[in-house]
Amino acid sequence: MSNPKTNSEDYLRMYRQMVRIRTFEDNANQLYLSAKMPGLTHMYSGEEAVAVGICEALKITDKITSTHRGHGHCVAKGANLKEMFCELLGKEEGYCRGKGGSMHIADQSNGNLGANAIVGGSMGIATGAAFSAKLLGKDDVTVCFFGDGATAQGLMYEVMNMAALWHLPVIYACENNGYSEYTKTEEIAAGSITARAEAFGIEAHQVDGQDVLAVNALTTDLVARARKGEGPFFIELMTYRYHGHHVGDINREYYRTKAEEKDWKENRDPIIRFRAHLITEGLATEAEIEAMNAEITADAEAAVAYALNAKYPDASEVDMHVFTDVKHALA
Amino acid sequence: MREITLSQAVNEALAEEMRRDETVFIIGEDVAEAGTPFKVLSGLVEEFGTARVVDTPIAEPGFMGIAVGAAMTGTRPVVDLMFGDFIFLIMDQLCNQAAKTHYMSGGKLNVPLVLRTNMGATRRSAAQHSQSLHALVAHIPGLKVAMPSSAYEAKGLMKTAIRDNNPVVIFEDKRMYNDKAPVPEEEYLIPFGVANIKRTGTDITLIGTSSMVQVCEKAAEILALEGISAEVIDPRTIVPLDEATLLASARKTSRVIVVDEGHQSYGVTGEIASRINEKAFYYLDAPVLRMGAMDVPIPFSPALEDITVPTPEGVAAKARMLVAGEMIDAA
Repeated sequence: MSNPKTNSEDYLRMYRQMVRIRTFEDNANQLYLSAKMPGLTHMYSGEEAVAVGICEALKITDKITSTHRGHGHCVAKGANLKEMFCELLGKEEGYCRGKGGSMHIADQSNGNLGANAIVGGSMGIATGAAFSAKLLGKDDVTVCFFGDGATAQGLMYEVMNMAALWHLPVIYACENNGYSEYTKTEEIAAGSITARAEAFGIEAHQVDGQDVLAVNALTTDLVARARKGEGPFFIELMTYRYHGHHVGDINREYYRTKAEEKDWKENRDPIIRFRAHLITEGLATEAEIEAMNAEITADAEAAVAYALNAKYPDASEVDMHVFTDVKHALA
Repeated sequence: MREITLSQAVNEALAEEMRRDETVFIIGEDVAEAGTPFKVLSGLVEEFGTARVVDTPIAEPGFMGIAVGAAMTGTRPVVDLMFGDFIFLIMDQLCNQAAKTHYMSGGKLNVPLVLRTNMGATRRSAAQHSQSLHALVAHIPGLKVAMPSSAYEAKGLMKTAIRDNNPVVIFEDKRMYNDKAPVPEEEYLIPFGVANIKRTGTDITLIGTSSMVQVCEKAAEILALEGISAEVIDPRTIVPLDEATLLASARKTSRVIVVDEGHQSYGVTGEIASRINEKAFYYLDAPVLRMGAMDVPIPFSPALEDITVPTPEGVAAKARMLVAGEMIDAA
């Protein structure tokens, strides 16, 4: 078993990454509310410990697949805020040249095979990436992020069956934030979610998704075992989304109470909890934390300003990248 | 030149490409020891082993999804979809994932996979094992579509498909698996987007796809006995489509019938006819006719099934009317 994060440098990086995600989302939400962002987006705020705890257990060559609620995964796997904001605003310098947007951000250079706007749509892709690694004799591991809502999709059971039969190095990471769009998870999921994976003989764990150290320790262990051919594994991460299904889902009392949101935000926030841990353990001072937060805020604001002023792709781009070998598909 | 069956031609193409490139693998139902129900893949598992000739559970969306992810991460899957009718099961993975990944990622991710499947009625297999669904796939930007009309095309197009960096769907007509044709011993590839003029003529152009090429050739023989000179063209790939060759022939003969085994409405015949109308209208002496499969689910009874697909006699009859200046329904 390789070691979970133990030294202060690793801890501070995990804290920094969680704050970068929260700050990215706060800015993205403002871009939406001020009508500067085309379309909608889905906020990851509240779930930061999941993406960071998992991605900090991965190498750059390990792969992830992401979801419509994917900004956190993208940041945690190593992306820059500037290219991400450019993508959200449909600009040429975005990770996908503005062609994907929030729901399709991919960052090949860091092993992020892309967000997916079909709920559960990337489960095959993640399993296939693990299949590739095994066939090519690489020790890369793939983590498939998906929400509790995606557990209702049949594809998940087809690929878990094959992953288990073939011992593929894939970890299915179910971010259970309690809601499947506008519906409580208990209304869409019968029985136990982990038991479904166990039915295929897949070792399954449930972990507090608001505790970055717990997530990281468990994932570090499972990643090491998956590299040795002991996969696949399944993790259900109990977490919470602070915003609605998407940024426009503002009046949501018909499906969840403000008191419930307040409780999670005040008592179980992953960043507040980890910050307190860093202070208590003497890994950072209040002043150092505040300085880090301020630096991240400034970075994010600079990235937003850059993206707002960046160019849109030229109209001639519209038929580029349809095929790899044809510069302009409609020429 | 030696003659081999279409089935042997596909088998040879796969074996040659798998020897040349160790990242090529086959995945699907009963592809290994069984060699598929049509025995197209017989012998491949003996040479390449079960790591590269991968039997899956009966889970089409699952193994298609795995192939997409594998293709994105350094391998070249050849997916075996036992019947073309099952394409409805994999539509999300094929059309939302494979087809769009390159574009959505701004050109960063590639999906070099081949989907091998089949088409064609008159095997008494009824409505869910007899459809010709290539038009559905051709409708989606990002997918290439090949339709071999003989063993020669089947081999050359398959080798090109495997080397292509885009998702390619190949539809083999299942009635042609045992049909022999001359196939060179030495290696050759057939480029995509290059039509083959099977027979030259001056009075009318018959454009046929897949097994409809033979139907057109037989119709041309019937017409020749009556002094009508028909040109027969096989586009070989419908995406990309060799429009220039089709238009040149239309301008030369001034009359065209497009024959394809997909349902006639909203299909390949309509697309090709429309392009000829738009780009060769002033050269035409008659409306361009479409002949597709009847717009009914494929019936089981032989008495009914046989009348749903175009026949040489049917094509010859329409050609005769066009050449005679009878405008059919267009008066």
